[in-house]
Amino acid sequence: MAFELQFAPVLADAPVLLEGFWLTVKLSFSAICLGAGIGLSAAMARSMLAARHRWPIDLYVELIRNTPFLVQLYIIFFGLPSLGIRVSAESAGLLAMTINLGAYTTEIFRAGIDSIHRSQIEAGLSLALTRRQVFQYVILKPAVSRVWPSLVSQFILIMLTSSVCSFISVEELSGAAALIQSETYRSFEVYLLVSLLYLLLALAFKAGLTALGRLLFATKAPAAGPAAQVVPPVAGGQP
Amino acid sequence: MIRPFGVDEILFLLQSAGWTLVLTLAASLLGGALGLAIALARVADNPVARELARGYIAVLQGVPVLMVLFLSYYGLSHAGIELPPIVAASLSLSIYASAYLGDIWRGAIQSVPRQQWEASASLALSRAQQYRYVILPQSVKIALPPTVGFLVQLVKNTSIVSIVSVVELTRAGQLVNNVTFQPFKVFVTVALIYFAICYPLSRVSRRLEGSFSVHRSG
Repeated sequence: MAFELQFAPVLADAPVLLEGFWLTVKLSFSAICLGAGIGLSAAMARSMLAARHRWPIDLYVELIRNTPFLVQLYIIFFGLPSLGIRVSAESAGLLAMTINLGAYTTEIFRAGIDSIHRSQIEAGLSLALTRRQVFQYVILKPAVSRVWPSLVSQFILIMLTSSVCSFISVEELSGAAALIQSETYRSFEVYLLVSLLYLLLALAFKAGLTALGRLLFATKAPAAGPAAQVVPPVAGGQP
Repeated sequence: MIRPFGVDEILFLLQSAGWTLVLTLAASLLGGALGLAIALARVADNPVARELARGYIAVLQGVPVLMVLFLSYYGLSHAGIELPPIVAASLSLSIYASAYLGDIWRGAIQSVPRQQWEASASLALSRAQQYRYVILPQSVKIALPPTVGFLVQLVKNTSIVSIVSVVELTRAGQLVNNVTFQPFKVFVTVALIYFAICYPLSRVSRRLEGSFSVHRSG
């Protein structure tokens, strides 16, 4: 049972790895911006709609949250072309990540908006704020600041989930790893190194996004109080 | 030869969904046992055990399931241990599950008020008795909804092991697609089968959450 690790052949391919790393960062960043945008809009629309008109949004959320990311990716990458819509592997990956994150963040933003008590809104209106101002300052900002920790976890999960895009030959970090291991046969070393890179990226995301949250919602101290737990963190998301 | 996507193909998909369930069950049992150990270590008096458990959770939650799968798969074969893919897949899903379940249960144990510890200690219960009769029965109630919720994630993540040729639902979908060339129909069917497994679990999880808060306020 010789168990010796040889990192030299792997490190020779460092540029491939770095390129993959950069693609993972780009994909994740784009998916987070777009997906969170969808989630916020869907949750806002849902809060304004009458209960009986909410079903399309709820259907979207439930369908996505209860099916694997990999299958969603396959439907987009293999299924859409059969309907005459061609997508490159990279755009299929980004599209799948965006749709997936959109559903999860819709649910998170919804929980945040629901957590704002009616009396807060009445108080806002009685202070002669316009409906728009009430929505922006009384509902939206406190709601987002309450669910920020859940959002951060979800953003990190979608970054980790981007690894699944390697299944359709997107050469992000995992795809680059697969490429290198097929050339060097040092599979364990490659995946150890790549796991470390993911871990560093996850820690960086967490630190960066937490700092961003502090910057965005710094006005009042109680914002991050016990209410920060209105949404139970989606355990082990990585759909 | 191109085959139509008919009843036989759908039956094959359903049959493979059985393997998805087997994987989920194996990973939740083994991962659950490991996760309980991690949770207990995480709240132990011994700071070394606590830090090790914290590190274990942080590392596994910061790495994609796919990497956990590859590392255990290639790591084991590197060490000269050749396991059948289904066993290696169950093992890596268990490791993944143990980190998340460990974290959920840590939270549940810690949410039992400190006074419960003090009261049971003052009744001269041993540490094991405290857990068995006072702490765990209360934490189980708190832990149940997120645990069921995590099962949904676990079911979905079993799809990843299709890459090591375990013929579970997703892999079966690929195989069917290879002979029918009807990717849209095939993968939508696959998605619907996953949905049929996951949605009831999601509902149960949500209902448990609701019943628990009613219980608490009542």
